[in-house]
Amino acid sequence: MKNFLELKNCSAVKLNDLPVLPFADFRQTLIDSVGNENLRIAAFFPLQKSSDRYLCAVLVDAAHRCLRCALSGSGDKFPSLTPEAPAFHWFERELFERYNMEPYGHPWLKPIRKADGDYFTMEGDAVNEVAVGPVHAGVIEPGHFRFQCMGEKVYSLEISLGYQSRGVEKLLEGKFSSKTLPLFESAAGDTAAAAATGASSLIEALTGTQISQRASQIRAVMIELERVANHTGDLGALAGDVAYLPTASFCGRIRGEYLNMTAEICGNRFGRNCIMPGGVRYDIEPERCKKLLKHLERVNPELKHALDLMFDSPTVLDRFENTGSVSPETARSIGLVGTAGRASGLKMDLRHELPAGFYETAAPKQAPGGNGDVLSRAKVRYNEIFASLEFIGTTLQNLAEGSVYTPVSAPLQTDSIAFALTEAWRGELCQIMVTDAQGDIAQCRIVDPSFHNWFGLAMALRNEEISNFPICNKSFNLSYCGHDL
Amino acid sequence: MLKAFMARLRQGYRTGTFPSTPPVLPDRFAGRPEVFPEKVSDEARSICPVEAISENGRIDLGRCIFCGKCAKVCPEGIRFTDEYRLGAFSHDALTVPGVEPWQESSNPELRKLCGKSFKIRQVSAGGCAACELDFNVLNTLAWDIGRFGIQVVASPRHADALLVTGPVSDNMRLALEKSYNAMPKPSFVIAGGACAISGGLYREGTTAGGVESVLPVDMYVPGCPPHPAVMLEALLRLIAYR
Ligand code: SF4
Repeated sequence: MKNFLELKNCSAVKLNDLPVLPFADFRQTLIDSVGNENLRIAAFFPLQKSSDRYLCAVLVDAAHRCLRCALSGSGDKFPSLTPEAPAFHWFERELFERYNMEPYGHPWLKPIRKADGDYFTMEGDAVNEVAVGPVHAGVIEPGHFRFQCMGEKVYSLEISLGYQSRGVEKLLEGKFSSKTLPLFESAAGDTAAAAATGASSLIEALTGTQISQRASQIRAVMIELERVANHTGDLGALAGDVAYLPTASFCGRIRGEYLNMTAEICGNRFGRNCIMPGGVRYDIEPERCKKLLKHLERVNPELKHALDLMFDSPTVLDRFENTGSVSPETARSIGLVGTAGRASGLKMDLRHELPAGFYETAAPKQAPGGNGDVLSRAKVRYNEIFASLEFIGTTLQNLAEGSVYTPVSAPLQTDSIAFALTEAWRGELCQIMVTDAQGDIAQCRIVDPSFHNWFGLAMALRNEEISNFPICNKSFNLSYCGHDL
Repeated sequence: MLKAFMARLRQGYRTGTFPSTPPVLPDRFAGRPEVFPEKVSDEARSICPVEAISENGRIDLGRCIFCGKCAKVCPEGIRFTDEYRLGAFSHDALTVPGVEPWQESSNPELRKLCGKSFKIRQVSAGGCAACELDFNVLNTLAWDIGRFGIQVVASPRHADALLVTGPVSDNMRLALEKSYNAMPKPSFVIAGGACAISGGLYREGTTAGGVESVLPVDMYVPGCPPHPAVMLEALLRLIAYR
């Protein structure tokens, strides 16, 4: 690991400072590291430096609380890492699709953002294939699912995405402008606060801007409110999928209460247009703070009551328990992150591992892990909700004095790369920005937690009843747009 | 069972009072702006992330993502109000200053056809899913659109209207067209959110730049995403609910 450069989260370095390794060393170090429980791959993409194209790898090193990064000239063809380190499989498919690169020896090299009509199939008289989507029955995003079943039992689920692709990363290239933040915020619309915080940190790192403690507190409050609202909605939806209607309807309403708290802070229920380079646009004045605390005091017990009702119901537990299991070994090898990773017993949470902003001072308690079934994913969310609510309350009561905005005066540092990893509500959100010799944005990478986790859903369905698909799906609730970009 | 019953009592009746009283909106909510074209500065025009402000100082709400940046640099020309009646039947009512959208009358054919039952099939076509999420909210007990005879259906064959969100990504275009063609005619199309109306932030991405280049649109609902109150008010006006 020593051959990789050690970096702080939310920092920037000159491109020339990144070590360039011989491909064999680069490959072997990566394979060895993802076998270690404290290291995981955060991004793996081609990086253009002057006239050469390199492969760039970014790892999270939890033991040393840092990021690690290195480059290597791989050429267009290179021996795939996937057979030895499956966590790379989706990244390599992306390289193949977007950059015409060929990681040879990859077991299933095909596009990830465009259906090519070539699906894994099974043969035999009793086999039946179920195809769902891209347009689903509910009000949700498009994606295509192929189930290979015998009777009710699913042998394989293939998930084919890309329907939401709209070119986010490409649109981010060029001058840093008033478009930059809105584009990051709308990569996945339900993760706007985390995305805007990460994106702002990129700009702050590239301009050497220090933001006030009060601003970083407000950002953290918004990220945690986002987490609570989404987890609440998902737990309600899980209840709905097993026809436990009381919790489903209570949570549907309560989720809205938390969105309204975000709107109380910034006018937008998804927290848009508030977090920006230099701090935040809106302060939480004492009166507003009191109002928010009062609102929390009223709604939190209602939420606890609605959720406890569900977790006390044997019919619900029966459906959740031992359904859609992803073992810790599988989870680690395919590189699950976030709530799904924690539910499979992996200890990972960027708020503790690579804290940035206000999380360096304080962070919500980590939720205990589980054994990887739907119940574990539900319980992790339950515990995270109340840890976040406690954190929100304490943070609001202890807002630092001072202004919430520091002007960004310097231009973006040239020929540099900046990294921001944020624990969004689904998990690890990795954002990377590369600048050129003029200080314009040469390249942006967004690795949404869903990018790591979609394959986890496919694994959860193996040998599962097809009728359990809805609850497995809801327990992950992954983002199509965040993946497709 | 008893527990669930007690829980219902404790959680209480929670459906909002809109439309008989105006919706409760946060004080920082950005609704329809007040615009004085001759005072709109060049700086406001150039800071707009979606080029929503025209040369003559008018704002196209079909593009606007309500980020408020223009009003910040040019408070004398642009001021956002809490006017939430944004849904428009025509482009004219999307431009500010211009026709006030609530002055327009809805399609009488639709009212005759649907009476008090209006079925919507939602199709998400690109975009960031925020529009879908805030439309879904109308189905929760806080808003309960069932009260107005509006129902979200799973099949386009059961639908009177298609609610399209997103800029229509190239990869969703075919599926969107197929969904539309599967609907019984006459059918109606609602473009929900800046992306669906104009392509929004993704006008220059791998998209069609809005629904209109693919399907005829009967109603436009601005916002990024439209607040549930904005969407509900627009739908009620569309079906001429009284
Ligand atoms: S509020 Fe609308 S018109 Fe004004 S800058 Fe933002 S997107 Fe443009």
